[in-house]
Amino acid sequence: MAEIRVENLHKSFGDFIAVRESSFTVRDGEFFVMLGPSGCGKTTTLRMIAGLELPTSGRILLDGEDVTFRRGAERDIAFVFQLFALYPHMNVRQNISFPLRIQRLPRREVRRRTEEVARLLRIDHLLDRPVGGLSSGDRQRVALGRAIVRRAKAFPMGEPQGALDAEFRELMCEELRLLHNRIGATTIYVTHDQIEAMSMADRICVMDRGEVLQVAPPIEIYERPATRFVAGFIGSPAMNFLPAQGRLAPGATEIRLNGATVPIPRLHAALDHPEAILGVRPEHIHIADDGPLRGSVYSVEYMGTRQLVTVDTGVGRLKVRAPNTVRVDDGDSVALAFDTRRLIVFDPASDLAVASAAFTETADG
Amino acid sequence: MSSGRTGTTAAHSVVDATSAGRRIAAVVVIAYALITMIPLVWILLTSFKSPPDSIAYPPKVVFEPTLEGYVNLFTTRSRQTPEYIESLGPPKTWYDALVRKRNMVITGPSRFADRYMNSVVIGFGSTFLAVALGTLAAYGFSRFRVPLKDDLLFFILSTRMMPPIAVAIPIYLMYRTLGLSDTALGMIILYTAVNVSLAVWLLKGFIDEIPREYEEAAVVDGYSRLQAFWKIVLPQARAGIAATAIFCLIFAWNEYAFALLLTSGEAQTAPPFIPLIIGEGGLDWPAVAAGTTLFLLPIVIFTVLLRNQLLRGITFGAVRK
Repeated sequence: MAEIRVENLHKSFGDFIAVRESSFTVRDGEFFVMLGPSGCGKTTTLRMIAGLELPTSGRILLDGEDVTFRRGAERDIAFVFQLFALYPHMNVRQNISFPLRIQRLPRREVRRRTEEVARLLRIDHLLDRPVGGLSSGDRQRVALGRAIVRRAKAFPMGEPQGALDAEFRELMCEELRLLHNRIGATTIYVTHDQIEAMSMADRICVMDRGEVLQVAPPIEIYERPATRFVAGFIGSPAMNFLPAQGRLAPGATEIRLNGATVPIPRLHAALDHPEAILGVRPEHIHIADDGPLRGSVYSVEYMGTRQLVTVDTGVGRLKVRAPNTVRVDDGDSVALAFDTRRLIVFDPASDLAVASAAFTETADG
Repeated sequence: MSSGRTGTTAAHSVVDATSAGRRIAAVVVIAYALITMIPLVWILLTSFKSPPDSIAYPPKVVFEPTLEGYVNLFTTRSRQTPEYIESLGPPKTWYDALVRKRNMVITGPSRFADRYMNSVVIGFGSTFLAVALGTLAAYGFSRFRVPLKDDLLFFILSTRMMPPIAVAIPIYLMYRTLGLSDTALGMIILYTAVNVSLAVWLLKGFIDEIPREYEEAAVVDGYSRLQAFWKIVLPQARAGIAATAIFCLIFAWNEYAFALLLTSGEAQTAPPFIPLIIGEGGLDWPAVAAGTTLFLLPIVIFTVLLRNQLLRGITFGAVRK
């Protein structure tokens, strides 16, 4: 098991910068998820960690040892591919034992470890089947088996669930997480699916356009997003972004939204820009008669446990997640109040969140 | 009952052939097979006829089979008086006896066996080279960032656009200067050069179809790039390689024009040799037919051996796993 440190990793393909000066550390035994839209550089980063791609600059350290320019085979890392990459001309046993056979381990040892892993993954009854006819779940198990049979230091996984259908994905996520808990291997998992990331990760690394935007546990990513992109990317429906008046001094506790004044968590830093962006999640807006912001209901979507109300206001269209007990209809005039402690102010120039009490105080108190 | 249900589903299916359609297809295929097979069957029959039977009119379908054609193919003979033949004593072998019935004696082996071996060496040699070079080149084009890749590929393809015989004279002169005329090596190089473009293009298609992830997985698991190519890519490209090999072999095996022009003695292949049999001692059709039959055999065997691969190979790109 190992710690992986990525320092100022940079990768460009000609003029295109795939990964820009990225640094982060994956702790020993951690389930680390790299999350971002397609083309954000997460897969390229993963491929550099696995040794399938060489960085333009920067370093990769595996347990303190510089492996940046080592071949994949010399890194003791086991990669799980998006489409599993099971060798079609080999059966399950041959696929799982492949890395051991390359290492020329004695035949008995190969057999013992292959069967041990197959039992762990509950595919020991499939060992002598060809991989062609396997279900996608079993294919994933075989791919995992091939990875863990080596007892490698780390397991990078490149969107391994990308090929599975939604219902099945949930099951496999759970299984993957359980497996991780059992063997405790350092795992780096790449996905563009925020639900997958939130449900499995110890920590999430959010990337966009080649840059690492935030590395934090899921709850922190959700409640204290470091940038506007992170805030908007995580959460469904997405966070509302409202144009507000800028030029805020440190210590400010109020922000002006098109005439309405809204209390915010005390700011720790100044915002010099003439404009500001107020980020608020749909579940942190309440339909309340004394709310500072007025608007009219545009649509109501019934979602079972809750309802999603879209409200047109003077500062734009907002999504509100309201309890079913609230009765509103299209066209109703409503007032909206915000959950003050959860509001986040973003600087429109840098898109960074402005430091405030929302980041320093625990929000769940 | 279950068959009734299947029938109904088939009738409603847009892609499955109806039974009537299937029957028509079968008739067409059988008719086509007959049309293409009849000349071959006729050649096979002729090779077992005696010379008089082979030119009998109306043509004989039922006849007494004889190996005369094959004996004539492999030997040179001279006509002698019956008295001289008598003086030789009883024939030592069955083929001596066969020849003597026509007042001939065997004076030695013909050059057919040598020519046939030339065909084998040149045909298989150039096929092996074309496929080997083609596989490596195709892998390179498929996997690496090759500068001017598209131009190079087009250039390779463009060598196919010109009828090879258009460059026969330059090649003839070049080969004479280089001392490659009438050598097996020269013919292997020539056929390889013609075939390698086809091989690169066909094989690039096959290798493109193999996901890179397989090699990457193998590299992460401890293989070198070359080992991954050898142990992971090649086994999966087997069907494509087999199909390509058959196409290359058929070309090299059947090639007539260059063989006629560039080979006359040592390195002559079977195609230019077989017509020469006609000239030797009248129209010996059974010998020609015997030569043709034997000439067809390797391709038939090769194709039958590789037929499963070939079928998958020819439909390449059509079926994704």
